[in-house]
Amino acid sequence: MLEVHVEEKRYADRGGRHHLALRELRLTARDGEFVCLVGPSGCGKSTLLNIVGGLDPDARASVSLDGRARGRDIGFMFQEPRLMPWLTVLQNVCLVLEAVGDGEARATELLEAMDLGEVLHAFPGTLSGGMQRRVALARAFAIEPKLLLMDEPFVSLDAPTAARLREMLIALWQRQRTTVVFVTHDLREALALADRICFLSPSPGRIVLEQAVTLPRPRRPESPEVGRLYEELLSRDPDLLAGLAAHPQEDLAHD
Amino acid sequence: MSRRSDGATTAGVLANSERSGSAGWRPQRDTLIRGASLLSFLLIWQVAAVLAQDTTVPYPAVVFSRIGSEVASMALPHHLGVTLLRVAISFAVAMVIGAAIGIAMGRWPVLDRFLDGWLVLGLNIPALVTIILCYIWFGLNDTAAIVAVAINKIPTVVVTVREGARAVDPRLMQVAHAYRVSQRRKFLQVYLPQIYPYLFAAARAGLSLIWKIVLVVELLGRSEGIGFQLNVFFQFFDIAGILAYTLVFASVVLVIEALAVRPLERRLNRWRPH
Repeated sequence: MLEVHVEEKRYADRGGRHHLALRELRLTARDGEFVCLVGPSGCGKSTLLNIVGGLDPDARASVSLDGRARGRDIGFMFQEPRLMPWLTVLQNVCLVLEAVGDGEARATELLEAMDLGEVLHAFPGTLSGGMQRRVALARAFAIEPKLLLMDEPFVSLDAPTAARLREMLIALWQRQRTTVVFVTHDLREALALADRICFLSPSPGRIVLEQAVTLPRPRRPESPEVGRLYEELLSRDPDLLAGLAAHPQEDLAHD
Repeated sequence: MSRRSDGATTAGVLANSERSGSAGWRPQRDTLIRGASLLSFLLIWQVAAVLAQDTTVPYPAVVFSRIGSEVASMALPHHLGVTLLRVAISFAVAMVIGAAIGIAMGRWPVLDRFLDGWLVLGLNIPALVTIILCYIWFGLNDTAAIVAVAINKIPTVVVTVREGARAVDPRLMQVAHAYRVSQRRKFLQVYLPQIYPYLFAAARAGLSLIWKIVLVVELLGRSEGIGFQLNVFFQFFDIAGILAYTLVFASVVLVIEALAVRPLERRLNRWRPH
């Protein structure tokens, strides 16, 4: 069980003025749940993810995983692949593994399973954007994380590449039963992936609506079922993607 | 620092093998050009010596035979060894201390502001002043010599490495942080590789500066080494001796650069797309 409570997160702009990015935001996720955060740009989605991942020391927030403070078992996938360009594909994955000897064998196995066996010893700079994301995905799952945080990881990829990565993500998630918090601005992507979607308001961001998604898997963003749910949500709340919900359903949070 | 090459497909991976094939003729031509350059240098020297007809401009042949006799008497190898040892130690001391201070200054702005004035002072003190002061304070010994050389070099290392430390990509550091990578690994595999280009720039510039200063230090206060020998030859107006020692020493430095510094740099840079 993941429990996040952000009391307040402020940041200073270049002029030194303070802005409120997040206030009184509570987010929970059951073990193995796939939660998507959807909201307008600038609403603090990435900020929230950084807080959960422990990358933001200034925020007034508490994050607990199974009742304990978070530990080493969090994977993080960023908007860019963020691989170390001077390390090979295999070394990049091994970098985040604590044990070296047995870790290398596991990393190799995972990379081969993800069709990266041919490029184990290649440097990331020689790989396509899609392959770099695949390595980043492998790196995230290599540590067998309890919690995986993903910040629009498939943005700026062509549709088939993104679709393939989504399939891999779902397959790995179903095998490892990791809890996933996935940030996106693309509602169709969220509908294709999530067990539950949290819609965020413009800044200071808070959750305005939670929507469970019970469509059977595998789903595709362009499938009719996803399309129908998409239309239904938007006809109920036309301004949903701008972060304004007419029917707040905050009680859904604790089901 | 994250290089994206969306256009490149798996073909990019194969680019490594292609490099060796098409570039086969290039080393050969490079050797030819370098040889021609060396030959013209000797030719110009010979012509100058013929035109001058003066003992202060000896023929190349005289200088080379002098190198032979100095090597045979073991005088040149002895003094060369002493000087190279001083160069190596002061180079290592200056690089380690300079890199540590540079990284710290790039990392902590408070320290940067605190030390910035000292750095400007250090950069502008003439080498001669530090050498004289070190000899006066520490005596005419090797410690004073090495300290003097290191003090001259440290500020320039600091400036270069600090630049590198400021350019470190916070997004890559975030990755290490998010995955709780151990401090040791974070430093060696994430942080340091970002500084390597700056360390090499500092090392290159350092080597050429240090061996020049070492000679001055030797000339002023040591009784061994190339600098000391040059001073002796100067007293006797022995131009052939001066040129013989200079030529050998400069070649040794060139060889070190070509056989140690450049291959190491190439190895550490092999990930960069060409």
